[in-house]
Amino acid sequence: MRRNKYGIILPFLAPALILYSLFVIYPYAQAMYVAFTKWKGLRKSPRFVGLDNFEKMLGDDKFWNALSNNLIYLVFLPIITLGFALFMAFMISQKVRFSNFYRVTFFFPQVMSVVAIGILWSFVYHPTIGIFSSLLKAVGIENPPIWLGDPDTALWSIVAVTVWQSAGFFMVIFMAGMLSIPKSLYEAAALDGAGRGSTFFRITFPLLWENTRSSLVFITVIAMDMFGITFTMTQGGPDRSTDVLATLLYEHAFLHSRFGYATSIAMVYFIIVIVLTLLIFRVTRRETIEF
Amino acid sequence: MYQVSRWSAVSTQTVLIGWAVTVIFPMIWMIYSSFKTDQELFFSPWAPPVELQWDNFARAWSKAHVGDYLLNTLIVVVPALLLTLIISAMAAYVLARFEFVGRRFLFYMFLSGMLFPVFLALVPLFNLVNQLKMLNTFHGLILVYIAYSLPFTIFFLTGFFKTLPTEIEESAIMDGANPYQVFFKVMLPMASPGLISMGIFNFLGMWNQYILPLVLISDESKYMLSQGLAFMLFKQFYENDWSALFAALTIIMVPTLIVYITFQKQIQDGITTGALKG
Repeated sequence: MRRNKYGIILPFLAPALILYSLFVIYPYAQAMYVAFTKWKGLRKSPRFVGLDNFEKMLGDDKFWNALSNNLIYLVFLPIITLGFALFMAFMISQKVRFSNFYRVTFFFPQVMSVVAIGILWSFVYHPTIGIFSSLLKAVGIENPPIWLGDPDTALWSIVAVTVWQSAGFFMVIFMAGMLSIPKSLYEAAALDGAGRGSTFFRITFPLLWENTRSSLVFITVIAMDMFGITFTMTQGGPDRSTDVLATLLYEHAFLHSRFGYATSIAMVYFIIVIVLTLLIFRVTRRETIEF
Repeated sequence: MYQVSRWSAVSTQTVLIGWAVTVIFPMIWMIYSSFKTDQELFFSPWAPPVELQWDNFARAWSKAHVGDYLLNTLIVVVPALLLTLIISAMAAYVLARFEFVGRRFLFYMFLSGMLFPVFLALVPLFNLVNQLKMLNTFHGLILVYIAYSLPFTIFFLTGFFKTLPTEIEESAIMDGANPYQVFFKVMLPMASPGLISMGIFNFLGMWNQYILPLVLISDESKYMLSQGLAFMLFKQFYENDWSALFAALTIIMVPTLIVYITFQKQIQDGITTGALKG
């Protein structure tokens, strides 16, 4: 094996290395420069403007609006989705009837394309062909809102769809953690007369740190992205009430050919994701409990 | 285990059934609605179809080009997936089993690709693919799909190759097999569980991919499935063929549903082990 080691190392690494350097590293490296340029259209070349793009961003209402929508997602999606997922995971892992059916069903939206989900739900919310509004009328609500057409409700309608899509995925992640908790701990707790609530808060939840941490990172990435679902359901509207950084930068880049400015928004997006990920790892770092 | 009271068992089931209905019903509604006429869709959204309108599916398939989008997606995803697996496995094998200068550096370099959101690369990537004259080409999209699947797949498979025993490999070398034979005849078959996990994980990612084709493919006849669907939705505002759009959604969702139910164990494992390692 020692002989002509490089006879295998080089040819085996080469395809991955070439594709990765060309299509991944090079664009990311270039983005670090493009964010500091003015670049209007493919035929022109980027012109270095220093921090101009970021200065412009400070006074750009559309940017702050999109960022604040991302922040709403960052606050509410983890609480609602992970809370609900944890609750369901705990219920299902307790030898409940039909648990397998629930596990399979709840996970399904995760394998569907976001575009299909976006379209399906824009039908469900639709004021005339949709079922949601007529359901509300049937239970006596006279004038249900035009969910996706009203700036007050559109964002929350998207939150609901995101919870619908991802709760099952996080439930399965939590269940994987719960299965690895030894039965003896639960038996001991039961002997000591612990109820369901204290069993959950004293045993299950503390032993799920690893899974909670991964889940927090994933939901952060989801809350910062939101592109597919937003683009198919509302295109950031009505009146920019569901615009997020991803849809805003897409609009700048591919509708108005403002390549430099779009990339500087992407840079802010990237920095937020990195800072939050590091923060999650720092805050949730604690001694792992061996069992 | 401790006693669960009857009341709490009932309330547990109520919550779980409630959520199951919330997840399933929109899909059932979509499936039966895709057999209705436009009038029925608008005037009785809850009612089942009076008569099955199979023509909705014919219109979706040919007039709205769902058949073409499906074919385009297969043309891109199948080679991209196979090449991703083989290229990643080769790199991962070398990174896991050989000592050489720069090995750690290369591993972390691949790993770092997972840190960056794709949105940061969009503009330079669009420019690069344009310069390579690969905008609106299937091979351009295939290469980009592979490149963006490499970091996680290499990371996962490197870990997997490290767990495989070395004895079989060594005895193959003793028997005079060259390194290529060792890899293709001995190591790849042993790594098949890892390859299957990554195959499922990447298949779903590529099949449902939206932002990359949206940026790199603008020629309608070359649209991917998700892109084509979104395009149909945007067109409804002036074309008004809602029933065909329902039918298109059904055409796309039912196969996913069947594949999911058949392989649900492997799919859930593939996605969650993938996610938890990441």
